Amino acid sequence: MSTIAPSRTTPDLHVSDEELRRLYRMMVQIRRFEERTEEQYTRDRIGGYCHLNIGEEATVAGTVGSLTSDDYLFGGYRDHGLSLAVGGSPRAVMAELFGKETGQAHGRGGSMHLLDVKRHFLGGWGIVGAQIPLAVGAAFALDYEGRPGAVMCLFGDAAVNIGAFHEGLNLAAIWNLPCVFVITNNLYGMGTSVEMASAEPDLWKRGQAYRMPSERVDGQDVLAVREATQRLLRLAREERQPALLECLTYRYRGHSVADPGKSYRPQEEIDRWRDRDPIVLFEQTLRTRGILDDAAVEAVRAEVEAEVQDAIDYALASPDPDPKDLYLHIYDPKGASDFDRMGEGAPFGELSIRGTNWANGEA
Amino acid sequence: MPELTYREALRQALREEMLRDPSVYVIGEEVGRFEGPYKVTQGLFKEFGPRRVKEAPIAEEGFMGIGVGSAMLGLRPVVEIMTLNFILVAIDMVINHAAKVRYMFGGQLKVPMVIRTPGGSGKQLTAQHSQSFEGWFANTPGLKVVAPSNPADAKGLLKSAIRDDDPVLFLENLTIYNQRGEVPDGDYVVPIGLAAVPRVGTDLTIVSHSYATVRALQVAERFAEEGISVEVVDLRSLRPLDMETVVKSVRKTHRVLCVEEGWPTYGVSAEIAARVSKACFAELDAPVERVGGAEVSMPYARPLENAAQVNNEKIYAAARSVLAESGMLKRGILTANR
Repeated sequence: MSTIAPSRTTPDLHVSDEELRRLYRMMVQIRRFEERTEEQYTRDRIGGYCHLNIGEEATVAGTVGSLTSDDYLFGGYRDHGLSLAVGGSPRAVMAELFGKETGQAHGRGGSMHLLDVKRHFLGGWGIVGAQIPLAVGAAFALDYEGRPGAVMCLFGDAAVNIGAFHEGLNLAAIWNLPCVFVITNNLYGMGTSVEMASAEPDLWKRGQAYRMPSERVDGQDVLAVREATQRLLRLAREERQPALLECLTYRYRGHSVADPGKSYRPQEEIDRWRDRDPIVLFEQTLRTRGILDDAAVEAVRAEVEAEVQDAIDYALASPDPDPKDLYLHIYDPKGASDFDRMGEGAPFGELSIRGTNWANGEA
Repeated sequence: MPELTYREALRQALREEMLRDPSVYVIGEEVGRFEGPYKVTQGLFKEFGPRRVKEAPIAEEGFMGIGVGSAMLGLRPVVEIMTLNFILVAIDMVINHAAKVRYMFGGQLKVPMVIRTPGGSGKQLTAQHSQSFEGWFANTPGLKVVAPSNPADAKGLLKSAIRDDDPVLFLENLTIYNQRGEVPDGDYVVPIGLAAVPRVGTDLTIVSHSYATVRALQVAERFAEEGISVEVVDLRSLRPLDMETVVKSVRKTHRVLCVEEGWPTYGVSAEIAARVSKACFAELDAPVERVGGAEVSMPYARPLENAAQVNNEKIYAAARSVLAESGMLKRGILTANR
């Protein structure tokens, strides 16, 4: 790969300097956060699966960075960057990776299930493609209540072959729901290439079957991603027209931290993509335009370095969740009385839903 | 009190809840102009229109997911799955999503959604359309599962389910849609997690839910003619499970038979048996007995279907065996003219 040449979209040159700097900082932050996350994982401070955004920063910043406070975001399990890009606290993200009570999901979700309800990031989902119908449901709710805004749903290239993708896009299209579907095509679903997995490897064409605007952008070019995203978001918000956007990109690391990412792709391919690193490319653009210089780049790096270190320190110092609250949140604590009559004959936590009643040897 | 069918009671509850709360909407296959595959939603499309009665294509995973996603944003969807059999293509949305959201995200999101669907067997509907999976769903923390057996409970429990802030699987039953019964007018609500005792007795407890309760009551009537007093506990709610009512009854009768339409292995009756055995170990006069559907795929031919289904004869025979096991029949304590 890749034999698929991205169709370059003309970048919107009328982006304010402030916005350009914001996008640059976002990408640098995600890169550094993920590098340190990888390191913390190898130190056994992070468990479970852990999927990194390294190499895909432009797709995250270009898409998620285009959302407004009326919009909602759903994503898959490669979600650390998404939570940072909506403006979430690096502390709360890192604390969640560390499984701490102060984490975004209070230590119940972990790496794959980040969220930020206040900023409308509704997860962080672990089943490939299954977030698509959920996102369409959120768009349905916006439409039902006549609210402004749109829903963005991110998923990987492998998700286009699962039924939920087809059902979700079809329903969004027949009901004119404000939803922008974004394929982060990093060329591999785990170790299976797009050519092996998809009869039509031009994934953006899938959208045509649902008669929705569909296009592909260079996912290494943050401004191209941003321009396409904003255009499609506008369509969704104003015309209730769902759309499909494919961002061609590459993950430098394996599928997850546990995968070296070498056995199914040649080193020269990795090198070739690294030569078009999205952060380096954007930095060059900004330097050429006189928006960034050495001092500014150094300042951003130093700021991000300190911020990520602070997040790690915070996560380390944060308390673990209390096992006394094991059963809290499995049901609405306000409805816990529904379970009050289950005590006879070996209860399995039913009486502890309130979270303050852990006793009687239940654990 | 007015008499309604089970179907009409459901319709009344839906209508009243839609009038009460604008965030309640119905979504499913043929729920609109077709007036519902089993006519439960009849008239709702005409009254509430296409926004609140959403006619979905055959895409259960898709519209179940829409239910979950819209509930996360504060709507109260009532998702109709034409029959329980078709929920299998949407089960990822139920188990991996609806049931997980609140806990996995640390209590910050909720899914106030109802999934209405009829289960059960009969009428030669055969292997892929005659199943009872409620135990699978009741196995899952994060879900609630209710299964009313009569029109009044159908209305009262549906209202509770719609108002509940957690996802509720609301199991209906094809065989009893036409069953009539008195249904209280107005805002009649039956709390989730509360079993009923539709027949009081002293010699044997039959624990059942949904259509099995209808049969249990018929069998109890037959035993009454023989002078044997059977108490029927209608679970109504499978998760949460009202073990207090079950155990109170078993402590009185000392004998228990669990009946379900579905396969008993790893089933609802298995759960009741385990919990009763622990709670009432010293008070049981006979081992807990169970009766359920034959463990085959439902066959088409009438004699085979009859042989595979739970029926009154099987319940009666199993109840006799419990009574015999306890020594009750042998000792001649019970006679036909007691």
